[in-house]
Amino acid sequence: MQSYEFGLYVFMLAAFLGFELVKRVSPLLHTPLMSLSNAISAIAVVGAILVSGDKDATELGRWLGFVAVICATLNVVAGYLITDRMLKMFRKKDRGKESRGS
Amino acid sequence: MTQIWQFAYILAALLIVGSIKWLNSPVTARRGVLAGEAGMLLAVIGTLLRHEVVNYEWIAISVVIGAAIGAPLAYLMPMTAVPQLTALSHAFGALAAALVGTAEYYRHVLSGEAVTGFTMGALVIETVLGYLTFTASIMAFGKLQEIVPTRPLTYKGQNIVNLALFAFAVGLGLWMIFESTPAWVFPTFTGLSLLFGVLLIMPIGGGDMPTVIALLNSYAGAACAAMGFALSNRLLIVAGALNASSGFILSVIMCNAMNRSFTNVLFGAFGQVQASSSAKASTRPVHSATAEDAAEIMSNARRIIVVPGYGMAVAQAQHQLRELTDALTKRGVDVRFAIHPVAGRMPGHMNVLLAEADIPYDRLFEMEDINADFPDTDVALVIGANDVVNPAARHDTSSPIYGMPILDVDKAQTVMVIKRSMNPGFAGIDNELYYMDRTLMLFGDAKAFVSAIVKELPAHKN
Repeated sequence: MQSYEFGLYVFMLAAFLGFELVKRVSPLLHTPLMSLSNAISAIAVVGAILVSGDKDATELGRWLGFVAVICATLNVVAGYLITDRMLKMFRKKDRGKESRGS
Repeated sequence: MTQIWQFAYILAALLIVGSIKWLNSPVTARRGVLAGEAGMLLAVIGTLLRHEVVNYEWIAISVVIGAAIGAPLAYLMPMTAVPQLTALSHAFGALAAALVGTAEYYRHVLSGEAVTGFTMGALVIETVLGYLTFTASIMAFGKLQEIVPTRPLTYKGQNIVNLALFAFAVGLGLWMIFESTPAWVFPTFTGLSLLFGVLLIMPIGGGDMPTVIALLNSYAGAACAAMGFALSNRLLIVAGALNASSGFILSVIMCNAMNRSFTNVLFGAFGQVQASSSAKASTRPVHSATAEDAAEIMSNARRIIVVPGYGMAVAQAQHQLRELTDALTKRGVDVRFAIHPVAGRMPGHMNVLLAEADIPYDRLFEMEDINADFPDTDVALVIGANDVVNPAARHDTSSPIYGMPILDVDKAQTVMVIKRSMNPGFAGIDNELYYMDRTLMLFGDAKAFVSAIVKELPAHKN
């Protein structure tokens, strides 16, 4: 079950799915798309936690993991917040002064 | 053998796929962000539940620090700075991936256990892409923030030096994959990756940033996928692959929008060619006009198309532009916006700024949807855009932008161009649009000029 062959299949299919999904995103939303996928790339946080929290971690590994978790969290938080902040501003209807988005 | 964290991972992967899918329409887009956040949370919780993770204090402290820096960054940056912020955010994500790769490498080496070539290969790719994307994103941030000169920095033999360095790094990488290496190899490899990131961005000009940012996004995703292979973690592979392909496809779209190839953007040193062509024509006469003239013409127009560009972002003129739009719409003028795919410093940059100013997105049109309407348009108002409206792209084979699809503003009845001065744009290419008889140059700061036009409008109520 641990074969890397399986991993390659997963990679291939996910990459293909990515192409198909992103092709359908309207150019109107390309900037939010970029910042959303930027936030998704912060999934590195998973690896960072595994390294940092490992029970057999060496001193070096722990420090590298520590910094990596900080960086990845920063990426997650900044990525999602800015995406949401942007999307709040997109309105279809003209007029209507309510909720101008901060 | 199945455990809770594995279900959490599967659900997280599903939510992340959903988040991109929901982004295809502005109506469902915020649901997409929510799904993405939930997916990330599940991934983190799932990881914390794994029995090999024990060290919670350190993790808690670092998460708090990261969030404490990230949140203010996202809220305090002005909307015009979104490209910089994305670049900066990339830099940290990529650094995280690289550090994990480094830690894993040393864990394998110190424990002395046998590592398969495949795992080592994944680690090598993760590390090189991670460090390279880190420095490249910092450089891109510097260029966007104008800390680093935005002009392409080039020197003789640059490509040869870069290629040699790259080949050296690849050699070291292969060595690490196939044999156990002396202690100096991995640090040297790291240093080369960091250096290569800097060298990669130096020759790239500000106007090519949309492509570059998308490409860096792709690299960060690829680094995550490689990490997934190294740790045999399928969630990382799925998220990394999605991200890599989304960044890649966006940069391809950007390249097509400029009619240039990847290699041309990355190694083309766009800045050198046109130094000669910009010098010759700048003494030709132009027609300039005042805000009052512009207001008069606009209030008598029926159809106006506004073409925003990076200059609008720099001048922060989007709010004044909305006032103008409102005032004209009230007078029964039809005002629309034409968005070129590479206007600004990031894909879709203009849409975000106009949305910030509360301009409804059904007034924004893509190039191919609006180009045919220019001949029927009374006024085309170009504000802070330059190369994307340069007619030379259609006919002047010697022009560096020849072949790039442009907005046909020159076909409108009257063209107005708001511009600070006659200095050519970032690429240093002269624009014949400015010398046409139907073109009125409105010299001044975009923000001040647009509000001046708004002020002049009421006097012409008819």
